[in-house]
Amino acid sequence: MSTAEVSKVSKSFGEVKAVKDVSFVVESGEVFGLIGPNGAGKTTVIRILMEIIKPDSGEIRIFGEPLQESTKNKIGYLPEERGLYRKLTVRESLSYLAALKGASPSATRDRAKELLERTGMLPYQNKKIEELSKGMAQIIQFITTILHNPELVILDEPFYGLDPVNTKLIKEFIAEFKKQGKTIILSTHMMNEVDELSDRILMINKGQTVLYGGLAEIKSRYRKNSVFIEAEGKLGQVEGVVRTQDHGSYQELLLDGKTSPQELLAALVNRNIVLNRFEVATPPLSEIFIQVVRGSSE
Amino acid sequence: MSKTLIIFRHELLNTLRRMSFILITIAFPLLMLLGYGIYQGVQHWYHPGAPEEEKIGYVDQTGIFNQYTSQLGATFVLYPSEEEAKEALLAREIKEYFVIPQNYLSTGSIIRYTMEREMELPAKTMEQIRAFLLSNLLGNETSPEVVERAKTPMLVTSFRLDKSGEVVADQSVFVQFFTPYIFAIIFVLSIFFTSGYLLQSVAEEKENRLIEVLLSSVSARQLFVGKVLGLGTAGLVQILIWFVSFKVFAEVAQVNIPALSGLSLSPGLLALGLLYYIFGYLLFAVLFACIGSIGSTAREAQSWSGILAIPAMIPLWIGGVIIPYPEHVVSTVLTIFPTTAPVTAMMRLTAQTIPAWQLALSLVILAASVVFCMWAAAKVFRTGLLMYGKRPALKEIIRYIREA
Repeated sequence: MSTAEVSKVSKSFGEVKAVKDVSFVVESGEVFGLIGPNGAGKTTVIRILMEIIKPDSGEIRIFGEPLQESTKNKIGYLPEERGLYRKLTVRESLSYLAALKGASPSATRDRAKELLERTGMLPYQNKKIEELSKGMAQIIQFITTILHNPELVILDEPFYGLDPVNTKLIKEFIAEFKKQGKTIILSTHMMNEVDELSDRILMINKGQTVLYGGLAEIKSRYRKNSVFIEAEGKLGQVEGVVRTQDHGSYQELLLDGKTSPQELLAALVNRNIVLNRFEVATPPLSEIFIQVVRGSSE
Repeated sequence: MSKTLIIFRHELLNTLRRMSFILITIAFPLLMLLGYGIYQGVQHWYHPGAPEEEKIGYVDQTGIFNQYTSQLGATFVLYPSEEEAKEALLAREIKEYFVIPQNYLSTGSIIRYTMEREMELPAKTMEQIRAFLLSNLLGNETSPEVVERAKTPMLVTSFRLDKSGEVVADQSVFVQFFTPYIFAIIFVLSIFFTSGYLLQSVAEEKENRLIEVLLSSVSARQLFVGKVLGLGTAGLVQILIWFVSFKVFAEVAQVNIPALSGLSLSPGLLALGLLYYIFGYLLFAVLFACIGSIGSTAREAQSWSGILAIPAMIPLWIGGVIIPYPEHVVSTVLTIFPTTAPVTAMMRLTAQTIPAWQLALSLVILAASVVFCMWAAAKVFRTGLLMYGKRPALKEIIRYIREA
């Protein structure tokens, strides 16, 4: 059973069409990247998914059925717009918001302690939210999202405004959720952030789907058919390479289309060239995005 | 535990723990206690010294005023001539003097001399002189009792009967006019403080962007109902504390403070008061929650709520009509109109009884308005909460109600 199914959803705000005929399926246990530039309609799609706003047309199914109040308990949602009760302490905020998700007080207490400890926030548990730094409050908000142990975690721009240490921490959590079999929807405009995390992606631009499918498949589709290498000594002429581009510390070899990267590697090894790096070049998602958007507008 | 109950508990406990709520709640009983303390203190510590014996000089040209020279704390000193009396006055031996002319019995006129600048004749002195003259005029004619009665012919005890002929407990003027005002003010304060908290709490959640997290956990209806009831219960606790402390105060204080005699709070009044409080609170709470959801900041929402509060204040402004003329048509209209009903009814109920049909009509209309506003507000609330940056026009608000 797929965790979420969105079919033919459209939504307009006045004259502006925020989402146009978007359909996608999030499979159970995968990390699903919802990507696109700022203002592409990602947050609108998520809000429609959470039934915070109603679509003009289209259908949504979560865990196989239209969203119900009881289903909300199985979902953890970190909205793009962050906020907590400024006057409440960390512990009070956590226990209230978890209770609203139907979590039992004792389970919440244990899990809150564990998560606070892991994120280094335990010493701050009796501090008021307004006394915390912005980054700290963001970590607390992330904890509230996952405190009730949801099956589906929806993260809207989770890395926005975080320092590298906390970004890494959140990424570790995402990897761990995947191992536990949870489904994660990850929305971000920083396309390269999802490169290493997502199984499948939906790329949208101006409210419309531009790319949808498995990340590996998409990447191979947009592969430029070139290889990055760092080699010791002169490379000289290599068979199957039409052009060599020097990037300073490494070189990019553009293949002729008949030669596979595997054959090139064999040829280089045969010539006893010492290789420090050999990498099949796949363009980053941001580049694919630019290519796709240019392609569609041309 | 249902989610509505969790929200209810959260809002209730948070409000009860608020410093401003605690201060306002205890301020009223404390003020009464303070007032009582000051009164008692004044009674206890202030012993007016024995009134100084006042000397009033007089010159009697009739020769009949020579007895009873001590009257109501004044001693009357006879001077043989006006010159001597004037010298005594200038030497401050006497406070003033007066001359009783020969033709006094036929004219009744006396001539008074004083060194004080006076707006009018001093009542106390006039009383003293009157008693002195009366005693001398009648002293030889009749018994001392008749003289005494001539001086004070009546001491009135007055009763008011109701329609069944029962004696209505006598209330002092202070109690009759100020209790309705005090009650109305208590009412307005509590209703607006509590609905104000509600408005603030909704607007804060919107401003803090918490609302999306909340709506991804609970429905807008659960949030709305939980909040309205949670804060309403806090308000009810507040008004109950005020009522009880008022009742205790009334029992204790009227024993010692004559101006408060007849001050009481009957169980019927208490029950009706609570009913009006609940409906009144619900009406304003629902409207305020709506405004809280529409305004983009707490501050903006608060300034709007002021406009809404005006209809509730009207009865306070024109209390001068409602209290002395509870049967006036203005009073009746204000009792029936929903936004003015709670306060007007409270003012009238403390002054007298309201005809049953008016009470029933007023409560039914109030309850119907509450139901209607809840229905409409829940829809505006749902849509308003997610709108940022843009205030909807009235036309759009009506559209939310129709579409949601």
